[in-house]
Amino acid sequence: MTLATSFDQTAVVEQPPTTLEVNHLDVAYRVRGNDRLALRDVSFSIGRQESFGLVGESGCGKSTTALAITQYLPRNGRLSGGSVIVNGQDPAKMDKASLRRFRARTISMVYQEPGRALNPSIRVGRQVAEVYEIAGTKRHEALARAEELLRMVQIADPGRVLHSYPHQLSGGMLQRVMIAMALASEPSLLILDEPTTALDATVEAEVLDLVSSLRQRFQTSVLFISHNLAVIAKMCDRVGVMYAGELVEQGPAREVFNNPRHPYTVGLLRCVPRGGQRKDHGRLDTIPGFLPGPGEVQVGCIFARRCALADQRCLEETPPMYEVAPGRTARCHYHERAPQLPRATPEDVQLRRPGSAEQPVIRLRAVSKTFHVRGEHVRAVVGVDLDLKAGETLGLVGESGSGKTTLARVLLGLSVPDAGSVIELEGSPLAPECTKRDRKQLQAMQIVFQNPDSALNRRHSVRHIITRALNKLAGLSGQACEQRLLEIVRSVRMEERHLPLRPYQLSGGLKQRVAIARAFAGAPRVLVCDEPTSALDVSVQAAILNLLADLQSRERVTYVFISHDLGVVRYLSDSIAVLYLGRVMQYGSAETVFSGPHHPYTESLLSAVPSLDGTPRERIRLTGEIPSAARSPSGCVFHTRCPRRLANGLCESSEPALVEVEPGHMMRCHIPIAELRSMQASDAARQPKIS
Amino acid sequence: MTAGTDPRVPPVAAGDAGGAEGSPAGAAGALDVSVKQVRREQLHQLVRSKPFLVGALILLWWIVCAIFGTSFAPYSATAANIVSTQLAPSAAHWFGTNDVGEDVLSRVIVGARDILEIAPLATLFGTVVGTTIGLAQGYLRGAFDMIVGRIVDAALSLPTVIVAFLFVVAVGPSTFTLIMVIGFVFSLIIARTVRTAVLGERDLDYIAAARLRGESVLHVMFVEILPNVLGPIIVEFTVRLGYAIFTIATLSFLGFGVQLPTPDWGADIAVNSNYLAAGYWWETLFPALAIASLVIAINLIGDSIEAVLVQ
Repeated sequence: MTLATSFDQTAVVEQPPTTLEVNHLDVAYRVRGNDRLALRDVSFSIGRQESFGLVGESGCGKSTTALAITQYLPRNGRLSGGSVIVNGQDPAKMDKASLRRFRARTISMVYQEPGRALNPSIRVGRQVAEVYEIAGTKRHEALARAEELLRMVQIADPGRVLHSYPHQLSGGMLQRVMIAMALASEPSLLILDEPTTALDATVEAEVLDLVSSLRQRFQTSVLFISHNLAVIAKMCDRVGVMYAGELVEQGPAREVFNNPRHPYTVGLLRCVPRGGQRKDHGRLDTIPGFLPGPGEVQVGCIFARRCALADQRCLEETPPMYEVAPGRTARCHYHERAPQLPRATPEDVQLRRPGSAEQPVIRLRAVSKTFHVRGEHVRAVVGVDLDLKAGETLGLVGESGSGKTTLARVLLGLSVPDAGSVIELEGSPLAPECTKRDRKQLQAMQIVFQNPDSALNRRHSVRHIITRALNKLAGLSGQACEQRLLEIVRSVRMEERHLPLRPYQLSGGLKQRVAIARAFAGAPRVLVCDEPTSALDVSVQAAILNLLADLQSRERVTYVFISHDLGVVRYLSDSIAVLYLGRVMQYGSAETVFSGPHHPYTESLLSAVPSLDGTPRERIRLTGEIPSAARSPSGCVFHTRCPRRLANGLCESSEPALVEVEPGHMMRCHIPIAELRSMQASDAARQPKIS
Repeated sequence: MTAGTDPRVPPVAAGDAGGAEGSPAGAAGALDVSVKQVRREQLHQLVRSKPFLVGALILLWWIVCAIFGTSFAPYSATAANIVSTQLAPSAAHWFGTNDVGEDVLSRVIVGARDILEIAPLATLFGTVVGTTIGLAQGYLRGAFDMIVGRIVDAALSLPTVIVAFLFVVAVGPSTFTLIMVIGFVFSLIIARTVRTAVLGERDLDYIAAARLRGESVLHVMFVEILPNVLGPIIVEFTVRLGYAIFTIATLSFLGFGVQLPTPDWGADIAVNSNYLAAGYWWETLFPALAIASLVIAINLIGDSIEAVLVQ
């Protein structure tokens, strides 16, 4: 590489065998005069060119570990014990100047939100070049290097990107820029803190591929932090599972995920719907109880109070890191029994399947929505026809910008559709605007939003929020209302003591339960769930999905379920509509859509999802980004990115119609279904089959 | 910055009822901070801050003067005395006497009354009207926002005092007019602040949820949005209160406020400033200091409240 020739490499002539060594690290935050231990006895090491993953739910100390390594702890935090050694040096013992040099050359970090990591008022080129200028390169030369660097992270048009401001670029593009900047100094250690969490699955797959290839090229060690188990499984050689500030299990990624030896890891893996698991196969398992606060557990195993295997010994005796196999450790007295962890949630569940002969609850015909933005016509939803049956779940799938949320808002009457759109509720047409719908119609359709912080009024108590919904939607008041309030609160598995609390006093999962309770207050016929679990941790997500499935089977509610997580969609959905640029590209039962033959777009979406067992799989690459809905491509809107575009130019010139290719299976593609089937079958034969 | 407390708290979130059925009843599902506790903590913080204490003490002094001033002022504030005019400060007359022999100290003490009556009422009136306009502008948007916005722009392009002055000239000075006029001008300024705050709220999902419940526009504005924009409104109120005192004093100075011989700081400065050149400085200085101290006190209080609320 010529990129970093100007960097002084003499300092790292004699390289120790490990890039990073974290030894018995304790980190304390000082809160109101008390030290609270946020990390306790964390030890791991990362070898040369190794990639190590830290996985765990929010609040477990992943990011604090990264901050401790880079010496970027907030002012009230400090290393209260143990040490961090990077390349044989201890950054905690460095003076200001050498710490600066250390951060500039030895270590780099990429954050979750690239939009916030770049200065919005400085052109991208200037910011990238700055990395070189700090290393002493001349200004114009630095800019030339920046261009070279961007080409290396597979940015097709580096000149344009260099002259853009961050807000003019997409999230995926920005994250590439961030990665480029992080690698510019050829660091020994690259820390990636949830680098793809804010990105679409398709973009995520591209960014992950990029990181893998660059890692080999730069021979960098990687510390990869993520809450997403599958991403870690795909990206990392070894993995450490964190819980409540402790590293509870460590080992080769494949082994840890296939044969976990700590009850927390076991529980966490069971929370994730995978391998085609569906709601009628049984409930997801959950992890009971709550994450302890920092310093709450002084003695004994930190996980004991949530662990079904725990006994007196676990409460009294802090488990050491047991070596359970060569290179594998687990902080559990009973690690050999961990895989037999009893389920926290009984699996057996009888779910009614939706009836098929009934009249649809909702009929959408030719529903379109065009936004007029600065003289441009943005066609967010184009001619959608859909029927929703009672008690079924319709999954809406697609990248961001595909029109999922707009379609849901149009259905609810929060956005007014274009003239000619027809929305019928049980046979009678609905007014386009929710303010013009009567109480019965409002009551029939409700929504659970993605972000409960935004969806719940922060100044209202839980009682107020649910009671108001009961007043307005169910028409209840007084004693009857109070009684129903308690029923509803219990049905979402909350307790009476939560009633006087305000949303900010609740955890994310509890907030989402309040939102669900509110949505169910008027006994709706249709409930739109717009990414209801994507802001939640995996174990909380499992509980919410179980709750939604239970409530649906009991109340025979129809769900419109929007999610970017295909595993979650598959778990809950009976039928699925795949959207691209506002058009339905494929529609069918969940089984058909997932098992194939797929629309080429569906196929690329599916192949972008990393699988938990870490099997590398050949991806159908989806290059580029979703085009602007203001300038949809001619012909088939997907042709610009389609991996299976026909050579005869048909895809570019004429738009295929959505036709029924099999009973109940609609597709919008020029390629005949038989051909798609054989193409996809032969592709699948060329790679190991994934269960 | 307020000293003493570090606002940074480690990124530790509370857990959640994972296994719903199996969760022990006593587990801490909620963060252990109640609303009352937060309020109490904010109050503590306020009481601990020195600027707030100083401001509150000064304000309290002037309130006491306004209510009980007549009973403890050393002389009657309106007792003219031809023998003892323009006396310099002395043991008998701490702040001296003015051109008609009235005791300056007594006039300063009693003079707090009108200003402390008009200013809060005017500000309150302005805040209520302004909040309503701002809520409607921010939530309804569209033509209403456009039209009201332009009117606000037009009114605010002139200095507050000039606008108030024109009104008072047209209607004639009285306590009621002053309250209405100052309140009206302030309401436009406050409306602008509230509108901005509402714009940050209106696209949040709880508003959509309220619309899906079939809530009326008034309910959404006053029950859903208002509590969430109360912070900036409170801050705006304290800031405007300071300005109101200034405006009233200015109008009095120009002769359109409280009418003589009723003791009033602004009017006293106006009358006695004629004698400044002759060396009778005390007649002007003390009422001026009174105005300054009151405005400063209110700003100190306002800043402290803002500092606490912003956290």
